Amino acid sequence: MIGMSRQGVWNAAAAAMALALALGAGCSKTETPAVRAAREGVLLVGNGAEPQALDPHLVTGVPEHRIATALFEGLCDLDPATLEAVPAVAESWAVSDDGCVYTFTLRPDAKWSNGDAVTADDFAYAWERILSPALASEYAYMLHCIKNAKAFNEGELDAFGQVGVRVVDARTLEVTLEEPTPYFLEMQIHYTWFPLHRATIEQFGGMTERGTKWTRPGNLVGNGAFTLERWEPNRVLRVVKNDHYWNADAVRLSAVEFHPIEDTLTEERSFRTGNLHLTENVPISKIEGYQRDTPGLIRIDPYYGSYYYRLNVTRPPFDDVRVRRAFAMAVDRDTLVARVVRAGRRPAGNLTPPDPSGYTCAASIPYDVEAARALLAEAGYPNGEGFPPTELLYNTSENHKLIAEAVQQMWKDNLNVHVALLNQDWKVYLSSMSTLDYQMARSAWIGDFVDPINFLECFVTGGGNNRTGWASPAYDALIGEARRTLDAGQRMAVLEKAERVLLDEAPIIPVYFYTRVFLIAPELRGVESNLLGYINFKRLWFEPEARAEG
Amino acid sequence: MARFIGRRLLHFIPVLFVVVTLTFFLVRLAPGGPFDAEKARSEEALAQIERVYNLDAPLHRQYLDYLAGLIHGDLGPSLQKPERTVTEWILLRLPVSLELGVYALVVALGIGLTAGVIAALRPNTFTDHAPMSFAMVGICIPNFVLGPVLVLVFALWLGWFGVEGWGAASEKVLPSITLGATYAAYIARMTRGSMLEVLSQDFIRTARAKGLSEARVVLRHGLRGGLQPVVAFLGPAAAGLLSGSFVVERIFQVPGLGQEFVMAARNRDYTMVMGTVLFFAVLIMLFNLFVDIAQAWMDPRIRHERA
Amino acid sequence: MNAHNDREIPAPAGTDEPEPGTSLWKDAWHRLWQNRLAVTGLVVLCCMTALAVLTPWIAPYSYDEQDLELTAAGPCARHWFGTDRLGRDLLTRVLYGGRVSLMVGIAATSVSLVVGVLYGAIAGFAGGRADTLMMRFVDILYALPYTVFVIILTVYFGRNLVLLFLAIGAVEWLTMARIVRGRVMSLKEKEFIEATTIMGLSRGRVLLRHLIPNALGPIIVYTTLTVPRVMLLEAFLSFLGLGVQAPMSSWGLLIQQGVETMEEFPWMLIFPSLALSITLFSLNFLGDGLRDALDPQSARS
Repeated sequence: MIGMSRQGVWNAAAAAMALALALGAGCSKTETPAVRAAREGVLLVGNGAEPQALDPHLVTGVPEHRIATALFEGLCDLDPATLEAVPAVAESWAVSDDGCVYTFTLRPDAKWSNGDAVTADDFAYAWERILSPALASEYAYMLHCIKNAKAFNEGELDAFGQVGVRVVDARTLEVTLEEPTPYFLEMQIHYTWFPLHRATIEQFGGMTERGTKWTRPGNLVGNGAFTLERWEPNRVLRVVKNDHYWNADAVRLSAVEFHPIEDTLTEERSFRTGNLHLTENVPISKIEGYQRDTPGLIRIDPYYGSYYYRLNVTRPPFDDVRVRRAFAMAVDRDTLVARVVRAGRRPAGNLTPPDPSGYTCAASIPYDVEAARALLAEAGYPNGEGFPPTELLYNTSENHKLIAEAVQQMWKDNLNVHVALLNQDWKVYLSSMSTLDYQMARSAWIGDFVDPINFLECFVTGGGNNRTGWASPAYDALIGEARRTLDAGQRMAVLEKAERVLLDEAPIIPVYFYTRVFLIAPELRGVESNLLGYINFKRLWFEPEARAEG
Repeated sequence: MARFIGRRLLHFIPVLFVVVTLTFFLVRLAPGGPFDAEKARSEEALAQIERVYNLDAPLHRQYLDYLAGLIHGDLGPSLQKPERTVTEWILLRLPVSLELGVYALVVALGIGLTAGVIAALRPNTFTDHAPMSFAMVGICIPNFVLGPVLVLVFALWLGWFGVEGWGAASEKVLPSITLGATYAAYIARMTRGSMLEVLSQDFIRTARAKGLSEARVVLRHGLRGGLQPVVAFLGPAAAGLLSGSFVVERIFQVPGLGQEFVMAARNRDYTMVMGTVLFFAVLIMLFNLFVDIAQAWMDPRIRHERA
Repeated sequence: MNAHNDREIPAPAGTDEPEPGTSLWKDAWHRLWQNRLAVTGLVVLCCMTALAVLTPWIAPYSYDEQDLELTAAGPCARHWFGTDRLGRDLLTRVLYGGRVSLMVGIAATSVSLVVGVLYGAIAGFAGGRADTLMMRFVDILYALPYTVFVIILTVYFGRNLVLLFLAIGAVEWLTMARIVRGRVMSLKEKEFIEATTIMGLSRGRVLLRHLIPNALGPIIVYTTLTVPRVMLLEAFLSFLGLGVQAPMSSWGLLIQQGVETMEEFPWMLIFPSLALSITLFSLNFLGDGLRDALDPQSARS
């Protein structure tokens, strides 16, 4: 501690000096870190929270996903503009007629960052690892579409050999699925599907050992376009271009630095002062200023996520479908979104966000005060009289609170019902939801891949993500039918039917569809818009002169 | 004195034991577990992960296992950030918190003592009100406001300091001031009060009458007697400063321990909560021990030999 | 360490006052009255309290009345303090917020004051093993994770303001106890206290009549410092789900929200901050005045 304070004196002196110099120089504008980094081809990304871990099998969040996509690469990749599967480690693939067997041919030049070849066995090894009960990976369920994977993951099967993954030869991998899974290729950009380097993992511990040192800089071997150079927790994580990457010639960035910044206000300020090229954590109140003053720096993309209120159908008053629909129809989503939610978000009359190139639900819950009041009266509460005390639960956040307050007012004005607001800290809120200890609760769902099943599957009877107590055999049957349907058009029609059932029964009140708001430095190019907010670092580049022109 | 310190150090053991026990059960009493998430885990997945971390054992078993680990200095892995152990995380972040805490303490004591002494010299005059009003700013503007405002003025408008981070010296100025300001205000006000009280006492008058210089009277006799409440305040305050501040670390993205304290509790990262609490308990007892020693030194009338 | 013989001439304060209850307070009141700043502080505080009490009758709007056509509007004739992001009148919200904050400030500070002073005084006066035990108990409370404690409170006891006061008071008395204990330990060795013991006064009487009154200086100063702490702590507790319930608000919460938008809508930060600052300034000047007035030493000079 004595050494510390001595160093402190020096730092203080240095700071005073810096201050004096700055004053003396009359605040001359120096080159910002972003400009300097752009010249060197180094991308500075504001990455929100600090990653929990780097092991792709132990993580669950968006910041980790970003880092993993830089360090690893799956069988196929997505074109960030169209979200269509394009070859990555697999140079080609074939699908059986029943849509259940995929045969991948790996490219011969796919290499790990230490020069080893990427083989079919590396995928099989990684998938065996993530599905092993002993590793207890929280996201292992992403792989449950593989035949017998769920049984193996839950310990009912002991031998991985019975799981639908077959290494035909070093360059051929055959995957058998439980049922046709149209989004199977798309899922391959998720970190749970990435291959892992067996020798590295086993050098630092057993296959299913959690938290070994294999992910430390210097140890980690990946097959992505970048390789880990430095990780200083809560300061910076730096990856540099991987020369062994099969398509290294096409990679134009020399490095990416992920800066963890917990506070969105701080992150925006960091971008503004030229310390970042790219961030998507933008305080809502800042958006309009950017749109007005520097529209070139901000971009708002539709996002595959939905914000809604859950209703607990096991408890009065929301055990009555008329009350549920009345509440849903009394929310003026257009005004709410335009005046309160903002950020370019779209009012939602249904659960699944629209996908211009695929499924868009035609049904929607209307804003109809008259009908809502009639329904409420029918349920025994004319003009809201005698309505029992009701609470709306949300997890603590300024935005959730604003929206809840506005909606509370709408119910009061339109239905003459007073709804109390209740905020809980995150884990308490989750516990209240999963034990159905609430009446109404704010919720959200972000799709991992673009397919309506991702949203609709949540509400099957007894599903872990249902959390409303709602049970509908008709709905379950439709979801089951969609799972078995091969024809894409027919499948979507079945799913839309299911969504109509959900909206009629209204265990949820849709509020809005998410957007993703990016701040992008003028010299950064290649950040495409897509529904998943997927950023492919392999395809980004700088045009340093762009800032001077702008 | 050596015996007194030795005995107090022995007291650490029962206190730590009680703290560990209470915390162990308290944190498990809070609803929600470490692996609850927006996307629900299946029961099987939860059971698997609980098995890995021994959370499926009966509670008393878990407790005894934890104590056994503790005796061997093993705080276990972090549940939320599994690639490092709790000890590693604390050691990684502690130096930053200590450094920031020391700067903040320097700011707090430097500004606080100076302002307080100046104010006490001529009570109810301009030289009293001016430093005290300045000190009030540190009280009226909470650090979650002061931080962003300082950044706005000195980083965004004037460009003198960095917005966030903890590397270059210019990034360390604003967090240190933000963290120290409140404490400076506290110290200033407490110093003023105590100094006034002491300066009006007879022994000070005697000292003055003896012809001792005013500076000597104030600094040697006055401060030494007058700082007693300030010192009592400084114990917990210093422990708090050195263990990091959630708010300041968040605003300036300082990689210190403060965020761990709050986030571990909010995330139900049981092992991390235990680790940070243990660490803080040691810190608070050490500083309260320092305080008691300092008070004995400042006022020989408090005879610790009796205690 | 023992070079200060001049200290061995203690002031027999208090002992020469037959009835410390009457003339001391009267003198103090007189002295306070002459301190202009302290009186100003007192007046402002009275005004603030009056505003808080009368808020439901004088507030121009209702605290939850929204106007989504007029969100985040700057100060104007209709809305003197402007409006917030839901178009609610900020003046009204500051007034209502003041009710909550003042209530929390007074109640939680009182809890911490009573508990802290008594606990610290008893520990310091008793000394020996009792003191050691009591102070180690304080160490334990310091060390326990407050966040966890609050979360548990919210869940097992629901949320109400009484609980809020208790939760805040429960942590804030610790430092007060340590301060009072230190002061009492040093006082009790003074001759005038020893004299009271010889005179045969009961220990409780010595404690309440002589020790605590002589520790009033630091108690008052630390109390005035506790008020801003608890007012701001309330905002943190709200974050964890224990505070006031939206759409009701408090100064701490309004300020916290104001910070997020201070560049776009500065009035949302400035007005609640001003209200809080004015109150705290007044309180502290009053506190200093009280301290000066009650200081038996300066009284005689």
